[in-house]
Amino acid sequence: MSVPEAVNNVVAKWMKGRGPDDEIVLGSRIRLARNVTKVPFPAAATEEQLGHVCEIAKSATADNKFNLDYFAMAHIPQLERELLVEKHLVSPQQIQNVHHKAVILRKDELVSIMVNEEDHLRIQSIYPGFQLDSAWEQCDQVDDVISERLEYAFSQGLGYLTACPTNVGTGLRASVMMHLPVLSITKQMQRVIPAVNKLGLAVRGLYGEGTEAVGSIYQVSNQLTLGHSEQEIIAHLETVARRIIEQEKEARQQILTMGKARLEDRTYRALGVLSQARVLSSQEAMQLLSEVWLGVDLGLIKELDAQILKSLVVLTRAAHLQKVGGKTMDTEERDVYRAELVREYIRSALMDIDA
Amino acid sequence: MLCEECRKRPATVHITKIVNNAKTEMHLCQHCAQAKGELGVISPGAFTFQEFLTGMLQQVAAPSPSVGQTALPADCPNCGRTFNQIREKGQLGCSVCYDHFKDQIQPLLRRIQGTTSHAGKLPGVEGAALEQRRQIDALRDKQRAAISQEKYEEAAKLRDEIRGLEKRLKESKRQNQG
Repeated sequence: MSVPEAVNNVVAKWMKGRGPDDEIVLGSRIRLARNVTKVPFPAAATEEQLGHVCEIAKSATADNKFNLDYFAMAHIPQLERELLVEKHLVSPQQIQNVHHKAVILRKDELVSIMVNEEDHLRIQSIYPGFQLDSAWEQCDQVDDVISERLEYAFSQGLGYLTACPTNVGTGLRASVMMHLPVLSITKQMQRVIPAVNKLGLAVRGLYGEGTEAVGSIYQVSNQLTLGHSEQEIIAHLETVARRIIEQEKEARQQILTMGKARLEDRTYRALGVLSQARVLSSQEAMQLLSEVWLGVDLGLIKELDAQILKSLVVLTRAAHLQKVGGKTMDTEERDVYRAELVREYIRSALMDIDA
Repeated sequence: MLCEECRKRPATVHITKIVNNAKTEMHLCQHCAQAKGELGVISPGAFTFQEFLTGMLQQVAAPSPSVGQTALPADCPNCGRTFNQIREKGQLGCSVCYDHFKDQIQPLLRRIQGTTSHAGKLPGVEGAALEQRRQIDALRDKQRAAISQEKYEEAAKLRDEIRGLEKRLKESKRQNQG
């Protein structure tokens, strides 16, 4: 298997792409929760009603300029479903009890719509780097087209009505995915998180609510959805995320002046383990890749490119790994193959430099 | 201080959690803290916003004996959800529930969202009309302000603008009905 080919075929476009501030921001996401008026929300709906929503969603997104394709979740193989979760195109909930659930994908995977998750429709757009505006523009346009083809659950006073009252109003969840290794190492995140919470924003791990911040990757998103316009909510998140980016950058400079030798040692040790390990758990790989990535970002490790580390962060996740390996593997097999893939990847990157 | 969980070992782990401005404190021993998954920045055991909300909904909507609580509201006429079901799940059944259980939901929304009035985008064709109505309201406010400051020329300009918008709104309504 050639490594670059695997990246091209498996990794989501938004993850490969470049964007503003992408040395710290992995991606920017916008999601809109929408429902069909009067039809019970998915958790309260009958089989028939759920099927009806699928039909409506399918016809509302068919043959339009957005290049959207409809897939019933039940028709997608299990590994591909998990891949969609790792690509952040659907939520982990969307691949449980897949009956009468669907995903509508744009060919470039920058727009996806979940059908019958917590709400009838969850329209989302995800862009590389720090560009919430581009993601919002895409979501907004798709939402406009759909709103002309079906009647949304909307009240003039409360706005868009959603299954959970925490989404009522705009139905908007904007989030920024960030790699914050130095704020994590220096335990400053413990102070950042409560501060950000006070500003009405939530800080979560890689896969959303209740997940761990593995590999120093955090998601910051708005908590409130009512009473402010979409633009105001996005601008507020942008301001706070910008401040966190600056804080991480400041912390990086500080650690460079105060403890360069130790940091250099730490990142090279991480690289050492990654280039020699024979068994790597997902969590260990994430942690080490995060440290090497930091070393590359700070110019301490000159032999590798940051894009390689970013690709590995994605490729070493369970479903991606099995996709690259071309077969299903249990945890033990995955840990061995993960170590093999990382070694091969790093070796070929280092060889490119020698050549 | 003894561990709050086992009440045997001394509490050596002190946790302060702030979730949505609600502060909770815990004092645990190393053993119980690990078991509870309270060590580490964001543990998988951290309780979610949904759980928090369900808790709030139960509080807000709990029958208060002092007021001489009347019977629970009737089930939703559209989806048949009972108020108890909504309270347990922290989720509503359908769009009609929002109107039907208005008296229970509005105070909750005010508490979690800080407001009960939408200020964001509006859907489709109806949205365009609502948007125009909003513009007219905003212009009327400006007009009133202009009059109170005795800027009559400006007020007259605003009046014409309002009339133009109202005319267009009526025309588009007629088109929709025809």
